[in-house]
Amino acid sequence: MKVALFATCLVDTVVPQVAMATARLLERLGHEVVVPPGQACCGQMHVNTGYRREAVPIVANHVRAFAGAEAVVAPSGSCVASIHHQQAMVLRRAGEDGLAAEAESLAERTYELSQFLVDVLGVTDVGAYYPHRVTYHPTCHSLRLLRVGDRPLQLLRAVRGLTLVELPDAESCCGFGGTFAVKNADTSTAMLTDKMANVLSTHAEVCTAGDASCLMHIGGGLSRLRSGTRTVHLAEILASTEDAVTPNQTTKPAVPA
Amino acid sequence: MTTAPERDLRTDVTPLAPGAPRSGTTFLGLPTAPRGVGHLRGDQSFPEAARTALRDGQLRANLGHATSTIRRKRANVVGEVPDWEQLRQAGKAVKTATMARLDEHLVELERQVTARGGVVHWARDADEANAIVTRLVQATGADEVVKVKSMATQEIGLNEALEDAGITAHETDLAELIVQLGDDKPSHILVPAIHKNRAEIREIFLRTMQGVDPELTDEPRRLAMAARKHLRERFLRARVAISGANFAVAETGTLAVVESEGNGRMCLTLPQTLITVMGIEKLVPTWRDLEVFLQLLPRSSTGERMNPYTSMWTGVTPGDGPQEFHLVLLDNGRTAVLADEVGREALHCIRCSACLNVCPVYERTGGHAYGSVYPGPIGAVLSPQLTGVEDNASLPYASSLCGACYDACPVAIDIPSILVHLRAEHVEAQEKVTPEAAAFRVLAKAMSNPRLWHLTQRVAGLGRFLARGKPTMPAALPPPVSGWTRSRDLPAPPKQTFTQAWAREHGGRR
Ligand code: SF4
Repeated sequence: MKVALFATCLVDTVVPQVAMATARLLERLGHEVVVPPGQACCGQMHVNTGYRREAVPIVANHVRAFAGAEAVVAPSGSCVASIHHQQAMVLRRAGEDGLAAEAESLAERTYELSQFLVDVLGVTDVGAYYPHRVTYHPTCHSLRLLRVGDRPLQLLRAVRGLTLVELPDAESCCGFGGTFAVKNADTSTAMLTDKMANVLSTHAEVCTAGDASCLMHIGGGLSRLRSGTRTVHLAEILASTEDAVTPNQTTKPAVPA
Repeated sequence: MTTAPERDLRTDVTPLAPGAPRSGTTFLGLPTAPRGVGHLRGDQSFPEAARTALRDGQLRANLGHATSTIRRKRANVVGEVPDWEQLRQAGKAVKTATMARLDEHLVELERQVTARGGVVHWARDADEANAIVTRLVQATGADEVVKVKSMATQEIGLNEALEDAGITAHETDLAELIVQLGDDKPSHILVPAIHKNRAEIREIFLRTMQGVDPELTDEPRRLAMAARKHLRERFLRARVAISGANFAVAETGTLAVVESEGNGRMCLTLPQTLITVMGIEKLVPTWRDLEVFLQLLPRSSTGERMNPYTSMWTGVTPGDGPQEFHLVLLDNGRTAVLADEVGREALHCIRCSACLNVCPVYERTGGHAYGSVYPGPIGAVLSPQLTGVEDNASLPYASSLCGACYDACPVAIDIPSILVHLRAEHVEAQEKVTPEAAAFRVLAKAMSNPRLWHLTQRVAGLGRFLARGKPTMPAALPPPVSGWTRSRDLPAPPKQTFTQAWAREHGGRR
């Protein structure tokens, strides 16, 4: 299958290894990966902060960039949720009905990574090897907007060498929330502290999730505490094999980039 | 013949009156809840109030304990109903249909209540409602009233208004009594004293209850007995009771109060005169509709299969219960909410408080940080709409949009979507360009033009020089980034973006 990769603005700019891992993984599974060069952002941050009118051209750019793609995959539950639940609404409100219809049909072809692997490709064992103790945080938008359920856990359970430990109170929000993390920094930090306490209680080396944004928040807190537990995106774990495992995925890609 | 082009309110950027709700079909200037009366506005923004509240370790412990207990109970009793989701959708459908013809149902309710011997009063806002109730109490000659726990009377500040007129209001709900005796404010819509623990309650009782046993312990039963003794005197003495209502049935004119303690029923049956203050959105068209809500409410609110007391009354019954019944129908901004096609869903709320109990923000900050009698997720969407969003502009942002509230809500109110909508209403109500708006506009330009975007990414990448070879950025960065770096490290940007790397690898310049 020919898969168009939507890196997302955050991953592309700040944690490129996550998108690279996604691409390597899909290629390893025998699919052709294309990266439409016109891509930028899904518009979520603008919409969720109140700039829904300003988001219109961003969404329009996204729809243009991926026009004609057979399937779009993004390593982010949150961005895919925005594509599914917000893009058409934002366009329609601005009177862009034609574009809204295009956005809707694009949304139907857009998948979060774990959903794409399990539902579309029908694989749970992607042939990965990752010899670490790992705990999984279900991010809110993948959990409640996309309903990815236990798909990420199915994928993780099939990874060779990986010890999966259950995260207590896993479903409670980590406190990221986009601009919430800055506008309500104190409350966000209070939520983060409880999340970190739960992560640390598992004695995992790695906390993983399907969203780079939440991981940047949790990982930023863990790093500030010098806790030694790091955050690694699900895609990086799934991309790892015996030939390409590096111990420090937060700073080096799991696969040679 | 030519006509002037009509303003398209969906796209027209001309600012409306500050705080006026704006959206598709809004007509201009529906009155919102007035300032200077009632409890819908705080004196601090949410982030400021939250900063203080978050430092209160006792509050955090009390709330964490209480909300996790009730969350567990709720999950259990909701889980055992096989058709919960259908029930929830039925609740939503009944509410949506009711709101669409609210005016007709209200007139029907008035007709039925009047026909059965009640008197209906219409109150445009808090001031009018307070004046009506005060006048009604004065007409009886009473100088004190007993009260059933009610959000509407808290919203309008009725107790204060009565006090100004020399009338003492006694709260009879146990938690509300604790709040009143402690000279405190409610912090939860169902358990107003959720922020207090047993030891604190004992201390309040010892300090404020006349004739209380000095040996009082913090055992829940002992505390309840002390309150019972305190209240019993007042029940027997009271000639006037004031209540809210959970539901009103338009077709029969029946009012309903749902409670756990029975204190409400004492108020509803013993006094001579009963005055009920009810928000206009609380009605259901038919008796059968109650079937849905009386299943949804107790499981969602207290985590019980059925609540201990459901009191219903229809007008007056000679020789049985209050012989004089007044119903005050309160707008106080509700019609303005109804006019907003996205925000109106907030009027479906049955005040079960499930959304508060599952909210990770509420659980940590408590209810007082919201500055309104309606805290938590529902408060964050209801208060700004009742007052006009500019009077409560920080509330729509008081959420990480995690969506737990939507999942828990028994009438499926999409609170996160309303929050996002209200954020936009706030942004669009600004007449001047704020620094934030300017930044978002520039970013929007960049993100909608690939060439500009790549340039922006390259500039952002220069941030790595600030990190001077370290994997993370310095912790002391200027605002607004400081909001992040105060508690979290920020990774240093990489040398090249993914799209750059990919394009290099695949031979293009990208
Ligand atoms: S919004 Fe829904 S969950 Fe929250 S109090 Fe109202 S009915 Fe209950």
